[in-house]
Amino acid sequence: MSAPVTARPAVDDTVTHDEHVLNQLDALESEAILIIREVVGELERPVLLFSGGKDSVVMLHLAAKAFWPAPIPFPVLHVDTGHNFPEVLDYRDATVERLGLRLEVASVQDWIDDGRLRDRPDGTRNPLQTLPLLDAITSHRFDAVFGGGRRDEEKARAKERVVSLRDEFGQWDPRTQRPELWNLYNPRHAPGQHVRVFPISNWTELDVWRYIEREAIDLPGLYYSHERDVFERDGMWLAVGPHSRPRDGEDVRTRTVRYRTVGDMSCTGAVLSEARTVADVVVEVAASTLTERGATRADDRMSEAAMEDRKKEGYF
Amino acid sequence: MPTLLRLATAGSVDDGKSTLVGRLLHDTKSVLADQLAAVERVSRDRGLTAADLALLTDGLRAEREQGITIDVAYRYFATAERSFILADCPGHVQYTRNTVTGSSTADVVVLLVDARKGVAEQTRRHLAVTALLRVPHVVVAVNKIDLVDDAEAVFAQVSRDVREVAGQLGIADAHAVPVSALLGDNIVEPSANTPWYAGPSLLGLLETLSPSAEADEEPFRFTVQLAIRPQGAARDPRHVDYRGYAGQVTSGVVATGTPVVALPSGQRTTVVGIDLGEAELAEAAAGRSVTLRLADEVDLSRGDTLVAADDVPSLTQDLTGVLCWLGDTYLRPGARVLVKHRSRTVPAIVRAIDGRLDLDTLRTEPSDRLSLNDIGKVVLRTASPLPIEDYARSRAGGAFLVIDPADGNTVAAGMAGTP
Repeated sequence: MSAPVTARPAVDDTVTHDEHVLNQLDALESEAILIIREVVGELERPVLLFSGGKDSVVMLHLAAKAFWPAPIPFPVLHVDTGHNFPEVLDYRDATVERLGLRLEVASVQDWIDDGRLRDRPDGTRNPLQTLPLLDAITSHRFDAVFGGGRRDEEKARAKERVVSLRDEFGQWDPRTQRPELWNLYNPRHAPGQHVRVFPISNWTELDVWRYIEREAIDLPGLYYSHERDVFERDGMWLAVGPHSRPRDGEDVRTRTVRYRTVGDMSCTGAVLSEARTVADVVVEVAASTLTERGATRADDRMSEAAMEDRKKEGYF
Repeated sequence: MPTLLRLATAGSVDDGKSTLVGRLLHDTKSVLADQLAAVERVSRDRGLTAADLALLTDGLRAEREQGITIDVAYRYFATAERSFILADCPGHVQYTRNTVTGSSTADVVVLLVDARKGVAEQTRRHLAVTALLRVPHVVVAVNKIDLVDDAEAVFAQVSRDVREVAGQLGIADAHAVPVSALLGDNIVEPSANTPWYAGPSLLGLLETLSPSAEADEEPFRFTVQLAIRPQGAARDPRHVDYRGYAGQVTSGVVATGTPVVALPSGQRTTVVGIDLGEAELAEAAAGRSVTLRLADEVDLSRGDTLVAADDVPSLTQDLTGVLCWLGDTYLRPGARVLVKHRSRTVPAIVRAIDGRLDLDTLRTEPSDRLSLNDIGKVVLRTASPLPIEDYARSRAGGAFLVIDPADGNTVAAGMAGTP
């Protein structure tokens, strides 16, 4: 099969429908808010994973809307790899301050410093987040962990429930998932277990960007086009920084780039882009010929089942 | 802005469902270059000459190793008019459980029929589950139409059979489209290979079906999830006296000035404000999550329901309905369970099991217990009164979960009333 992969169809805003049928973004927003409220109504100690990445920023925006004018009734948790983009950490702290939230940090660096974890030969710390995450869940007795995972990202995520039961080891077992019926969510669990909750499961990358545009949500600047010193590795542009240095033969160049995802700086690639505004990004994402993870995540390229394996071990 | 349509696929083994789903994703340009490259690589590794689109829906390693599909997978594709959420339900293992799960949220079920086999027992069973769940639309994709002689006559026969079964089951809106998932005939574009077929392609049809529009015409209902009373915690001092009820409009439309009744208290009041974050809305239709402000202080909290004052459902502790049993253990009379209806979860006792539905004959056969994938009639007694409505009249008003109180697992999909 050699059919050319071309741009997905552009959105036609002039199409009108029955006035009472919700448009797509309203339907997705309402679904997410229903899920967030339901888990808060049923459980006692929820927490929201917040990294400063766009999906977690959208999650926080939805949570603020769900409870307005009351404050968001749960803290946020950052599983900090120690390999951060400085502007993302600044954004995280400013956002927490603005919304009056309590921030808990589970630090991979602390675990490495005291010998409970060791750096991997490839240097990436994304897989090392699992144990500090599970430890934070246990020590704070969190019973629900909200995450910004989306089913369009990857094939293991495509099969996970919106409300996903995890055992005392944080493990996901695809064979014992509960049926999820209508919009009646069931987050009940035994002591020691907890649930992971993915309110934006049904959003695509394009939906997230169109929502960011519609709601005028502020993001860390690296999501938009800027000049950066980068080097090429495995077909990706990696930033030059304290945790990602070019090896011999990898030339450093200044390029106009932006990030589609934000994670461990040592394995998250930038994409060449001239998209300076949210409207530019919406157009760019709609025309993209690569998936978000395929374009930017070295750790997901390791094997076909990389995410599946990590999820089973208790990863997000 | 496009609208959202939720689909569920169903079919039997080897009817080409994975190929159809792969074809829909591919031909709507929802497959990106790196995904396609992966499919082409795996196809080559397996010695195939062309990329096998079915691999686009290939799931977990655990599934590949065992050669089975474990669970419902969700896929996304879009046209200029519509965005689609597709629940891809495996056909062979636990088809009832998977079809019930996928159908419960679906606006449309796309059911595959192999043109060479016609309407089989499995097709009738899938249609029966679809009818039971009251999915608004059914589209039968008559696949492998390229492999039969006299395709026009075969398609006409399958269409007649589908219409007959749909009629028996009370399915109001059933369509049939002749397709070849392998060749792409009538999937996205009408095909020149079926000149005798004048109808729309599968995608063309899916773009025109209304997404659960019926819920707007039902009387207003609102599930209360939380009371919002910030008091001293308000971020803005203007809101210290704010009192609102957060939840979702499940049917009808609410506007400022709508007279409403709070249940179970029965108190009457009027909606004076509809908030969504800092925005105030003039009205909110079915599916919208909002916070409602009321004219009077009424007895209302999580688990309660707000309903139109001119159409108030009655409260009952005696719940008669149909269960699709999804648990690993048996259900017997006398069992103690939890029932979740809207946002309220209450204890209940199984008073009686009045037989099991045979999906092949559509008759009820005597049985006093239900096991995995059984569909049966039950009578439950709940610990407190619920405003439960006939599922045939209102999906949101009549749907409930049965939960095992011991481990918290969801063990049945419940639908109030008689099917």
